[in-house]
Amino acid sequence: MSGQRLQAEAEPELAPAPLSVRGGGHDRAGRVFRWLATGSGVLILAVLAAVAGFLLLEAWPALSASREDLAAISWIPDDGSLLGYVGPLVFGTVLAAILALLLAVPVAIGIALFISHYAPRRLADVLGYLVDLLAAIPSVVYGLWGGLWLAPKLQGVWGWLSDNLGFIPLFEGPAATPPRVMMTVGVVLAVMILPIVTAVSREVFLQTPRLHEEAALALGATRWEMVRMAVLPFGRSGVISASMLGLGRALGETMAVLMILSPGLTYSWALLMAGRHQTIAANIALQFPEANPLGVSALIATGLALFVITLLVNMAARWVVSRRAAFSGAN
Amino acid sequence: MASTDTVTRTDAPQPTTHELLTRPDRRRHTVDRVMRVVVTLAFLVAMIPLVSLVWIVLSEGYHRLSPYFLAVSMRGVFGGMDAGGIYHAIVGTLLVTGAAAVISVPIGMMTAVYLVEYGRGALARAVTFFVDVMTGIPSIVAGLFAYALFAIFLGPGVRMGVAGAVALSVLMIPVVVRSTEEMLRLVPNELREASLALGVPKWRTIVKVVLRTSAAGIVTGVMLAVARVIGETAPLLITLGVVDSINYDLFDGRMMTLPVFIYRQYSQGLVPCRPDQLDCIATINFDRAWAAALVLVVIVLLLNLLARVVARRFAPAKGH
Repeated sequence: MSGQRLQAEAEPELAPAPLSVRGGGHDRAGRVFRWLATGSGVLILAVLAAVAGFLLLEAWPALSASREDLAAISWIPDDGSLLGYVGPLVFGTVLAAILALLLAVPVAIGIALFISHYAPRRLADVLGYLVDLLAAIPSVVYGLWGGLWLAPKLQGVWGWLSDNLGFIPLFEGPAATPPRVMMTVGVVLAVMILPIVTAVSREVFLQTPRLHEEAALALGATRWEMVRMAVLPFGRSGVISASMLGLGRALGETMAVLMILSPGLTYSWALLMAGRHQTIAANIALQFPEANPLGVSALIATGLALFVITLLVNMAARWVVSRRAAFSGAN
Repeated sequence: MASTDTVTRTDAPQPTTHELLTRPDRRRHTVDRVMRVVVTLAFLVAMIPLVSLVWIVLSEGYHRLSPYFLAVSMRGVFGGMDAGGIYHAIVGTLLVTGAAAVISVPIGMMTAVYLVEYGRGALARAVTFFVDVMTGIPSIVAGLFAYALFAIFLGPGVRMGVAGAVALSVLMIPVVVRSTEEMLRLVPNELREASLALGVPKWRTIVKVVLRTSAAGIVTGVMLAVARVIGETAPLLITLGVVDSINYDLFDGRMMTLPVFIYRQYSQGLVPCRPDQLDCIATINFDRAWAAALVLVVIVLLLNLLARVVARRFAPAKGH
């Protein structure tokens, strides 16, 4: 906190020097350069506004279409209500993302702690780099791996779950074969967001003030107690924002879902049964190539819903991070 | 607590201070050990899928990969034919990603220059905030945006390379801005002041001193950004469509790219072969998908490694 404030206070003092230089000459190149820079910044704002604007514009025909027209599209339910179509999609999207988050975050915290506080220093650097590399693997490759390699391996596990824990609505059987189900999607999405959640958490854990850690150890804390009392409280908001970033990714992930899930439009909690769920992103990619103009418009309307959801999640994440900057208690 | 209670109850001799300080507290140490195992296990469990992914892509993709596979397109290839390759997809990926880089690098760099060197007040804060927001745009929404943009001007059903490049730019610009901004902030203020004190105009100071000092970092950032978007599938599926033949023209018609090729082959699934058909390979589509995935992963990892090397080799000397 003090570092930022120092910088903020230092800047106004630095400002006059360049100002006088700029004001001194009739420097056309300087002005053009400045306009270019400012223009680029404004352009970014314009692009974001355009994203929202164009989506709305293209979605409007579907938003204002009559129920009969909409019902004529083969994949929209017979009552022709757009809301009735988007509802299950939003449900499926959120369900997949939350499932992935529940699976990924505990493991990610474990990995981050292992790299930051348990592994030997030299090993930790290599592992950290490895995790960064894994974040770069394209999602379509994860989808391929999930669909062709992982799904058959999970078959037995899901069967066992539905046989023995079938009384819980989430694991209601019979488990589908092949397991192109929500649970498999959740696992693959969890693997996909693991690197990003790990990377951010690790960074935060590494920033724990050395003095806090040493104070805990000096008071006789074991390593785990030191982690629990010094590292985790310090890193909590960082982990929260890392999870939100992961959530944002999982919400917008298309390919892995598209390649694994057998789609269906219901509000179902049965994670092991096929043909129950679908996410917004995967649905767009699935229907878009074959859709007629009104269908495209309806799909863009669902995309708008996804845009708004991810926007809210990301803004919440930024808000948590900015709060952290003010109240971290680091110094 | 529990251990001291038992000690007093059994009438054992009172422990000395030295004993109290050195005697291990069994419960706490058990918890410590258990947590160490749990943390290590979490790490190992997570490594299983990640290592297996790399291994499977390598072992499955290796069979099909050959100079022939890299040099031909899918034109005229059907059924279980033992033929076809990814040349058209590689061409498409290079063109579209290159065009995306050409669009986003100048915009991203100038925005970072604005934020670091010029930006003050509400506009700078808004740009910073919305660049953050932009990082979180789902890739498919970026694809829809590019499609909507081109559909408004060129009519519905438009498919062309530039639309894909625009979609990728929406994803790439915030990454370039973030990394460039970070690098510009690392340039010591003394360098700027020295240049300004010599009477060099501010814009020349930025071009000749600030940007040149941070060139290595900026190049690294751009390469990482390219590595990130080169694997994007969903926006390209929407804006470029799929095609089997080679297309060099960004402004005309459908184009294939590597990620879309992988998806396309995967979604075509197993080929039904008659038992007496010798030239028919049932798993040909999956084989091609794995081989293309291997090529894509190698490209992405090479870009990452290269970025590392650039960052290390050309980094400005630190300290004095």
